[in-house]
Amino acid sequence: MHHVVLDRWSRGESALHRRDARAKTIAVLVFLIVLATARRSFLTLSACYLGILVAVIIAAGLPLMGVLKRAAVVLPFTAVFAAISLAAGEPMRAAALVGKSYLSALAVLILVSSTPLPQLLGGLERMGVPRYLLMVAQFLYRYLFVISEEAQHMRAALQAKSGSLRNNLRNREKFGAPAGVLSVLFARSYAHAEGVHQAMQARGFRGHFLTLSGRSFARADAVFVAAALILIVGTRAVVEVLV
Amino acid sequence: MQPLVDVRDLHYRYDDGTVALDGVDFQLFPGETVAVFGANGSGKTTFALHLNGLLMGEGSVTVCGMPVRHDTLAQVRQKVGLVFQDSDNQLFMPTALEDVAFGPLNLGLDREAAQTRARESLAAVGMAHASAKAPYHLSAGEKKRVAIAGILAMSPEILVLDEPTTFLDPPGQNALLELLDQLPQAKILVTHDVDCARALASRAIFFDKGKIAGEGPVEEVVARFHWDRIALSRTASSRR
Repeated sequence: MHHVVLDRWSRGESALHRRDARAKTIAVLVFLIVLATARRSFLTLSACYLGILVAVIIAAGLPLMGVLKRAAVVLPFTAVFAAISLAAGEPMRAAALVGKSYLSALAVLILVSSTPLPQLLGGLERMGVPRYLLMVAQFLYRYLFVISEEAQHMRAALQAKSGSLRNNLRNREKFGAPAGVLSVLFARSYAHAEGVHQAMQARGFRGHFLTLSGRSFARADAVFVAAALILIVGTRAVVEVLV
Repeated sequence: MQPLVDVRDLHYRYDDGTVALDGVDFQLFPGETVAVFGANGSGKTTFALHLNGLLMGEGSVTVCGMPVRHDTLAQVRQKVGLVFQDSDNQLFMPTALEDVAFGPLNLGLDREAAQTRARESLAAVGMAHASAKAPYHLSAGEKKRVAIAGILAMSPEILVLDEPTTFLDPPGQNALLELLDQLPQAKILVTHDVDCARALASRAIFFDKGKIAGEGPVEEVVARFHWDRIALSRTASSRR
């Protein structure tokens, strides 16, 4: 199934995969802050950060093109604002918008692709993120899988009946059909999600996700955080001084 | 003998007004396997959901001497293992091992003990090799086995299996029946599969419109309610 790609990537065995979720989260948070507050020499800095992230992807054994392509999913959203900035005669701001959003998405994607979600949420919980919020995230993630599965089943059923959503969308008279499909998709997903929730309750779930992996924050994780901070902050400092 | 499950005058009505259970009395004794037959919508699954406290109707449900109430749910769910019809609903963790360990962790076992129990349960159902696999990479039969392992890991005294042979090919069904036959727990099989019931159950009950319309030895119930394909196969052979 298409939706399991990230989950599969997160099960790797690289040094990055072995790091504690908290260490990686701290590194990504620092990266996002440093990137968001960067003003000077942004193009050079972006190129440097892109190079670093590409090196991390390769070192983690993640498929380079696959990750780069998936991170681009944010571009349509920022492209709108970039276009407005461009129209207002601010090309550098437009470039910064696109660059920052893409690099941010790439960093977050690397974090998610190198950390299984239960570990990531466990790490966030230990960092003090409210449990309720994490539970919502866990359910959202699980139910996105559910909706995706249902959508794939329904698409297959639609194709088996010689139909396609695209054809129906092109034909105004048939526009009601896709709308109907969508409502059925959500109704079926709801029923499926109910089933998942019942199965969880039947096995004693009381609102708190417990996992087998209870990694402690090791010295290697501390070294990783320190190295990441030096690299992220140092790169910006060097670029801003030299360029 | 003290029954493991004691259901008295159980009534349940869904929010839309549909009466699903209409005065059900039932008892399950240690070591027993009972098949639950009945047409679609007759109340079988609703009944099964009450045994684990997922639904709570009017009347009384007692499990291992404990009344099923909100304050006893944790203990009741440890005693009654519910295996759902659709294994995809039941397997929600990233790997088979983590999924099987989900129940023991919720029971309060530490990580090491939960992992040990999960590995033992996977081995018991012949799925030790799949512990690191993602559930969506397993076949239907394997998923069913892992789902059962997830229940066994909680050391239940009663297994409630909703249509256990659905989605399985004949070899998969046979393997599952062999596995279930070896498990010592008392079982309730909610099923349309008469062969499955014949292989495992000592008695059967028949649901009709939310009531138990009859009970007795499996063959007797099957014959009384014409609940197998004999009539159909007779028609087919007369055509030939």
